[in-house]
Amino acid sequence: MSKLLQRNYEYPVLSLLNLSIQVGEQTLVDKVTFDIHKGEIFALVGESGSGKSLTSLAIMRLLPQALQITQGSIELQQQNLFDLTEAQMQGLRGKKVAMIFQEPMTSLNPVMTVGNQVAEVLRLHLGLKSKAAKQKVIELFNEVGIPEADQRINWYPHQLSGGQKQRVMIAMALACEPDLLIADEPTTALDVTIQAQVLQLLKKIRDRRQLSILFITHDMGVVNEMADTIAVMKQGKLVELAHKELFFANPRHSYTQKLLADAVPKMQDKQAGSGEPLLSLKDLKVHFPIKKGILQRTVGHVKAVDGVDLEIPKGQTLALVGESGSGKSTIGQAILNLVRSTGGEVEFFHSADDSVTMNKLSDRAMRPLRRKVQVIFQDPFSALNPRMTISEIIREGMNSLQVGPQTREGQNKRIEELLVKVGLLPEHMQRYPHEFSGGQRQRIGIARALAVEPELIICDEPTSALDVSVRAQVLNLLHELQIQYGISYLFITHDLSIVPTIAHRVAVMQEGKIVEQGEVEQVMRNPQNEYTQSLLASAPELVRKALKVA
Amino acid sequence: MTDVSIVMLWTDILLWILLVVFIFGIRSIRRSEQARKQWRKIFQSKIAMAAGLILSTYFALAMLDSVHFRFIEQTTSVDHSAVEPWSLQALQQDFAEFTGNLVHDELHGKTLSLLDLGMQHLILSTERTYSAPFALTEYSTSIVYNEEGVQQQYKLLKYAGQHLQDGDTISADVFLQTLYVFVFSLFTTLVFWLVHGYFRIKAFIFRRAGQKLEPLPWKTFYLTLFMLIFALSWLYHLSNFYHVLGTDKVGQDVLYQSIKAIRTGVMIGLLTTLVMLPLALFLGISAGYFKGLVDDVIQYLYTTLNSIPGVLLIAAAVLVMQSILNTHNDWFGSTEERADLRLLFLILILGITSWTGLCRLLRAETLKISQVEYVSAAKAFGLGGFSIIRRHIMPNLMHLVLIALVLDFSGLVLAEAVLSYVGVGVDPTTPSWGNMINQARLEMAREPMVWWSLLSAFGFMFILVLAANLFSDRVQWVLDPRAH
Repeated sequence: MSKLLQRNYEYPVLSLLNLSIQVGEQTLVDKVTFDIHKGEIFALVGESGSGKSLTSLAIMRLLPQALQITQGSIELQQQNLFDLTEAQMQGLRGKKVAMIFQEPMTSLNPVMTVGNQVAEVLRLHLGLKSKAAKQKVIELFNEVGIPEADQRINWYPHQLSGGQKQRVMIAMALACEPDLLIADEPTTALDVTIQAQVLQLLKKIRDRRQLSILFITHDMGVVNEMADTIAVMKQGKLVELAHKELFFANPRHSYTQKLLADAVPKMQDKQAGSGEPLLSLKDLKVHFPIKKGILQRTVGHVKAVDGVDLEIPKGQTLALVGESGSGKSTIGQAILNLVRSTGGEVEFFHSADDSVTMNKLSDRAMRPLRRKVQVIFQDPFSALNPRMTISEIIREGMNSLQVGPQTREGQNKRIEELLVKVGLLPEHMQRYPHEFSGGQRQRIGIARALAVEPELIICDEPTSALDVSVRAQVLNLLHELQIQYGISYLFITHDLSIVPTIAHRVAVMQEGKIVEQGEVEQVMRNPQNEYTQSLLASAPELVRKALKVA
Repeated sequence: MTDVSIVMLWTDILLWILLVVFIFGIRSIRRSEQARKQWRKIFQSKIAMAAGLILSTYFALAMLDSVHFRFIEQTTSVDHSAVEPWSLQALQQDFAEFTGNLVHDELHGKTLSLLDLGMQHLILSTERTYSAPFALTEYSTSIVYNEEGVQQQYKLLKYAGQHLQDGDTISADVFLQTLYVFVFSLFTTLVFWLVHGYFRIKAFIFRRAGQKLEPLPWKTFYLTLFMLIFALSWLYHLSNFYHVLGTDKVGQDVLYQSIKAIRTGVMIGLLTTLVMLPLALFLGISAGYFKGLVDDVIQYLYTTLNSIPGVLLIAAAVLVMQSILNTHNDWFGSTEERADLRLLFLILILGITSWTGLCRLLRAETLKISQVEYVSAAKAFGLGGFSIIRRHIMPNLMHLVLIALVLDFSGLVLAEAVLSYVGVGVDPTTPSWGNMINQARLEMAREPMVWWSLLSAFGFMFILVLAANLFSDRVQWVLDPRAH
């Protein structure tokens, strides 16, 4: 309480008043007003297209030319930013306001050492000489927790891991001791364990430096972890603004309630299924050769999948959880025979005692099985051929695998039915993929897989590119289809919060091996393996609470 | 009695095949709604509309110049009275008489194109030597023996300004003729506008209700059309009375040569891409899709080819081709056919040496596309390699191909000029801008300078290349998905 009182006597670090941004006649940001105080973490939450990133760009005065600020003001420590010249603004960016971005890979210059990149900021804004700058860089690297800082300043970005790159970005942002740090989805591209570390770091820096942070995100779990004050944006409007305790205890706006409900994992009642096995992996291995030299000799192997045993029962869902690079997508591709497996067996059961070993089949012998196993991809934008209409995309499998009606009229009728089933309209048939939103495209991808009446669908992170509310809709659709047709899913994901919603069983993967598998509740509430425990511990508190993790 | 025989030159056949392909291309564009929209968008730019019209005029002239006839006088005279009126034989006779009248007597036995038929006066009005544009006398003095003794004087031209009466000045005459041409072009444009207006109104009435189309810049179209008609008919009309662009060393009309050179330029620009395209498409996509050994072999092939300097390779190939032609006189019947064969070989050589750029581009793009998830989805549907290439990879490469073709066109037209200048281009008897520029090398060194040959070649080539470049800019902007 004393902290709050103390704040009231200070002027806010950043103050937005009635900020509106338009492009042409369309209003993208509509009269947004908020203050950020010293040492406060202010979370700006919203789905894509809600105007949260535009607001942050407006604070940096980096809006694209076509967009216009039609009214309002932005004051940084009582200095109206719109009164400054561009040259004054340049002096301000990086020095008073710093920014970190979502994608650490593309935010760092690949041909400069990371130390030089940070030192450049110091030289530019603080006028430090090279030796002093180097010393300061090492200090900063130590502060953001990069080990062996005096060595790593000479490294290039590609030599660092994703989490370390994000730490370098933070060091760069902190270099000139800014008053305000804008963090635009800084952890979205990172794995859960690294996300937890980066969030910890940001909090620590805030405490130490009394830094104000504008934290832009779509992830309610992260918000719950980080924020002091939370603002929710929807279609350019600020719909709710509250302190954290109030916000989570008593969300008032219906949109906020929906966002919160979608973000929290739910234990859903699931149909049991018959329990008969549909697909089983026995000691599956996929090794990629590492080739070197002029003669392309194989000098070693990357063991992407290294002895995996899994079983997917009929009508049930197996969630495969792991961090990026753990080999979970490779398993999906090996089942589909899109990559050749090095060893082990993928067995498909037509019935309890009639099975085929899929990964030993030739392409021709595999064809009849292709209709049994289908796939849905992560990125709805690259999963559909942009030059084909929706009807052509869905028709392709029916023609190639000789499934369903083979006359054009019959197929059209079936395509219409499928579109309706996945929640689209029959008249969408003649359109092209670019006319649809991400969620709609994902539905088209599902319709394409359903067209050949598969028994198993491999879902390779189908929701990670989608907004929270759209994600919930797609998961619901998958769930309904499972109940209706008894389809099995292999659900590959890195997002622990959706596992209880969709899966019957879960398998945790690390470095090509399954470290733990079992019933969802059992694994989530009472993890045995160390790695599973650390994964769950890294999940945001909101998720952990709902899972009732011990 | 004259007999007409159609002469089929190799390049003619190829150009007409290309036209058929082109028509099929337009048909497939009309059928696909997306493609139709894109092409409409291309022509929504004023510059593209104007450039497109200029390009099509050039192509139309090249097509007209690619239908060749030979008129042969038959010595055996047929008795007219022996033939029954209205019989087949009589009709044949009438036709022969009609065609005989089409062509001037002096041009019998020569290979002529449709374009030549309209420009016979230019072929026939050959002067003795250089004369400047609109001149009435030769460009340099000659020694004349007459009653007054030996004299140096500018000799009068045989064909220029013959219609002028005493006291007429050239400028007044040209002004009058220009006025006449202006009225004529205005009238012709109006006719075009009326015919087009009729179709537009018809299309407007039958258009589906609520269908809204972005308007095309018709004002620019008609302005360009008018300027084109005016410029061409001005040149043509005045060429009846003067040498509008002067004459060259042996007295041939430069305007005629410049217009004949259009065919050579367009031929090299278009047909070379026709040769290059299948190679680039096949090798590029194979390398990108099948990877491994196939990729290695193709990469070595184009890296090797690329590391030999282009002009050197072409020069070597042309010299080999010349010696082959010299030892195989039976391959061609006439000098025209020989020149044509040489043009064809040059096109082949240019095509074989210029596929590497596009191939590299297509390989890289195929590598990228074959990793994209819709290709994985197609594999999961059990589609074979060929179907995946045809249905998923080719359509997503077409914008690259189209952009490369339009960009290459202007480069190739320029390449022809450079190669002819170096001396390894088309046959010296083939009218081409490169040959004209090559000759101009000596003409520029004369005193006084002969400038019109170079200027005409430059002007005609410049307009074509500029139009092609502007058009390709727009094509690239609209078709490249990354441009938006």
